Formats: sequence, C-alpha cells, structure tokens
Amino acid sequence: MTLMQAQFLTFFKPLLGALRDLAPIVLVIVVFQLFVLHQPVPNLPAMLTGFVCVLFGLTLFIQGLELALFPIGEKLAYSFAKKGSLFWLLLFAFLLGFGTTIAEPALIAIAGKAADIAAQAHLIGTSEVDKSSYANGLRLSVALSVGLAIFLGVLRILRGWSLPIMIITGYLMVQLLTPFAPKEIIGIAYDSGGVTTSTITVPLVTALGIGLASSIAGRNPVLDGFGLIAFASLMPMLFVMIYGMIVLP
Amino acid sequence: MSEFLTLLGNTLWRTIWDVMPIIFTLFFFQYVILKQPIAHISQVIKGLCFVILGLALFLVGLKEAIFPLGDTMAKQLTNPAFLYADGIIGNYLWSDYVWVYLFGFSIGFATTFAEPALIAVALKAQHISAGSIQAFGLRVAVALGVATGVAIGCFRIVTGGPLWVFIMVAYIIVIIQTFFASKTIIPLAYDSGGVTTSTVTVPLLAALGLGLASTIPGRSPMIDGFGLIAFASVFPIISVLFYAQISTWLEYRQKGQAHKE
Repeated sequence: MTLMQAQFLTFFKPLLGALRDLAPIVLVIVVFQLFVLHQPVPNLPAMLTGFVCVLFGLTLFIQGLELALFPIGEKLAYSFAKKGSLFWLLLFAFLLGFGTTIAEPALIAIAGKAADIAAQAHLIGTSEVDKSSYANGLRLSVALSVGLAIFLGVLRILRGWSLPIMIITGYLMVQLLTPFAPKEIIGIAYDSGGVTTSTITVPLVTALGIGLASSIAGRNPVLDGFGLIAFASLMPMLFVMIYGMIVLP
Repeated sequence: MSEFLTLLGNTLWRTIWDVMPIIFTLFFFQYVILKQPIAHISQVIKGLCFVILGLALFLVGLKEAIFPLGDTMAKQLTNPAFLYADGIIGNYLWSDYVWVYLFGFSIGFATTFAEPALIAVALKAQHISAGSIQAFGLRVAVALGVATGVAIGCFRIVTGGPLWVFIMVAYIIVIIQTFFASKTIIPLAYDSGGVTTSTVTVPLLAALGLGLASTIPGRSPMIDGFGLIAFASVFPIISVLFYAQISTWLEYRQKGQAHKE
C-alpha cells in the first residue's frame, strides 16, 4: 500500500464512522418531513453547511484523538496503574477525569444551551459574559465531579469496596439532595450524568480501570473497568445540583 | 460567509482552552513524573491540531445544524395547525401529541441501533454468556430501551410531571431487577446506559426537549426542557436486564422440555 492510500484510509475510516452517527438521524427526520409533517424546513442551506461541519469536525476530532490523546493516555494509564505511587496514581486519576470532561464536546454544547435558556428565563444576566460564566461554571462542576468520581473509583478498586453499595448510596444522596435544589437546575443536573460518558472520557477511563484491575490479583477487569464509568455518571448529578443551589436565586 | 468565519475563529480560540487541561495532564505525567519522552511526537502534534480543529468545526456545526433541527422538529410537531383541523389549541390532552412520542421513539431507536460502541458491547455479551444472549437481540433490546426512554421523556415534557419521580421509579425497577439478574449481565446492562448516548444524539435530544418545552402551552424550557438524556440513559438498563431475564427463562423452559422428552 502506498503512503497516499494509507493516509486516505486513515481519514476515510473515521469519516465513515461519523456518517454512520449522522445517517439514522437524517433518515428519521427525512421520513417525518416527507410523510408526516409536509412542512418546509427553514434555513435549509445553513443547516446543510452545519451538517458538513459536524461530519468533518467529528471525523477530524476522532482521528486526532486516535493519533494523539488515546495512545499517550492509555499508555500512561497502564503504567500508573501498574507501578506508580498511590499519590501520583490518585492525582492522575483525578486530572484525567477532569481534563477529559472539560474537552467533552457534548458537554460544551449542552452547557451553552443551558446558559441560553437560563438567560431567557432571567435567572442569570443576559450578557455574553454572564452566559459564558454560567456555562463554564456548569462544566467545571461536572469536570470536578468526574475527577472526584474517577479518584473514588480508583480507591474502590484498590481497597475492594462494594460497587452496588456505593452506587445505591450515591443515588440515595441524589434523591435526598433533589428537594433542596432549585427546580430549574434538576433537569440539567440529571442530564449531565449521561452527557459525560461520551467520546473522550470513556476510552481513557476504561483503560485506567482495566489496567488497574488486571494488575491486582483476583479482580475482574470487565467489572472494575465499568465501575469507574458508573461513578462518572452519578457524581455530576450531585455536583450540578450543588452548583445550582449556589448560583441560582 | 464572513459571519461563519468569525464564528469558527471564535470557537477555535475557545476550543484551544477546552483541550488544554487534558493535554497538560498527559504531558506533565509523561515528562515530569514518568520522565519518558513521547514516541512519534510529530504525529502527536498533528493529532492535537486535528482534535482542536475538529472540535471547533463540530461545535459550529451543532450550532448551525443539530440544534436548529431538533428545535424545528419540536416546533413543527407541536404546531397547532399540524395537530388540529381548525388549528386552534384549547385544552389539550397528552394523547394529542402522539407524533411527538413517535418521533422521540424513532430517533432513540435509530441512533442507538447504529451506535458502533453498542455493537462491540453486544458481541462481548454474546461471548460471555456463551450464546444465551444474542448480539442482535441485545442491540434491539438496548435500542428499544432508549426509544421507550425518549418517548416517555417526551410524555413527561408534555404533561409536565416532576423529572425526579420518573427517574426514581426507573431506578427502583433497576434495583429490583439487579437482585434477580445473573452476575455476568449486570455490568453490561449498566454499561449499556452509558454507551448509547453519543456525541451527536445528546445535543439533538437536548434541542428537541427544549423546543417541546418552549412550544407546548404551560411548559417552561428551564424546568421541563432537560431530562431526555437522563431517560435515554436509564431505560436501556431496564430493557437489557429484562431481555437477559427472558433469555434465561426461555433457555430454562427449553431445557425442561428436553428433559421431559
């Protein structure tokens, strides 16, 4: 295979992946437009440009992750899991959770949307500065919570604490906190659990979990690698509700 | 065009800051703690440029296409002229919005069934269970779970019920099912909640929910608009545990019959 062909293939594979992500959405929408709604789609050209951006953006993003962040991150995760000191391992776990979450595209998008809605409802100021500080606050809360979740998850694997008990305690805490949180924050708080377990966080965190579990005798890599993700979707609910209690009137 | 370029430029600048923490973390641990050089550094730098540019393009595209699309679909599906012959909305019933639930169901099913991460998990499950769980069946189960979740989530937006009650009931069902499920399926079932909400689906669901909440009379986007993603993450756990239960039961019954013969 020539170099040209190889380069073409490395670009083509993620492009196909991105197409596969978008195709079902487009299909369902086209079917609804043609057979149910019979209404014109406003701003079709802008929308099509946007679709092309999503397609190529996702392609480049995934390819970049595979070239740069995944190989380094996975190798680091394995080497810290195998021999690093406890302090560095836990610090690495926290920063990995924090850093991947700050860069998570779905979270950036949702936080921006939440800020727009809060500004429209006059819960926060309507200036760009107010909106972006609210959105960044949301993202920081989620990122801190994912960092803490990975930190706790790693401790759990090392100490062998029970996963179901910790998860159920976590959900009880979510339920206990919900009545005290402003009702405007609850929706975004509950959603933020699902948002974080996405493109960047899952592969890197799973590598850490599997590396750890396979370096400790008597642990099941599948079970323990999963435990980290479960925490990462639980903690953000708590932290975002607390953030809402602090900033929203 | 120049407006588009300004948007892209601004987004690009912000994206650099978004990616900084993870780059800093990886480089710090690599060079300062492990004291090892990074192999193929030029390839890594190329990759980082791709990540930043790709993320910026993706975010611009979301703003231009996915958000307006979710919003438009929500508005058109709840448009009184589409819903009622006379085009006037009076005291509506939850059943007036049946197309909304159907759309939510279809989007949930289609995006999940095609999700690559799910295909990998399904094959792993088939392997672990030694064939009693079929990869195809599991994919259908997860997709039906997400679809049902989104549809019920839309129902909640239409009726304005409290999100936490719905989610709490769903988790109680999950906990009860967990007691009866076999140990090997539990991690996979819990995992299926996380893998299904992809980077494109999440913003679309958010826009759909916010669009619905802002057009249906009496709903507020701030209180009712979010929550679809939470539904889409819990319901597949239920459907996978349910599917595993049925598979075990069918297998048990088959064995029982074989025994009798």
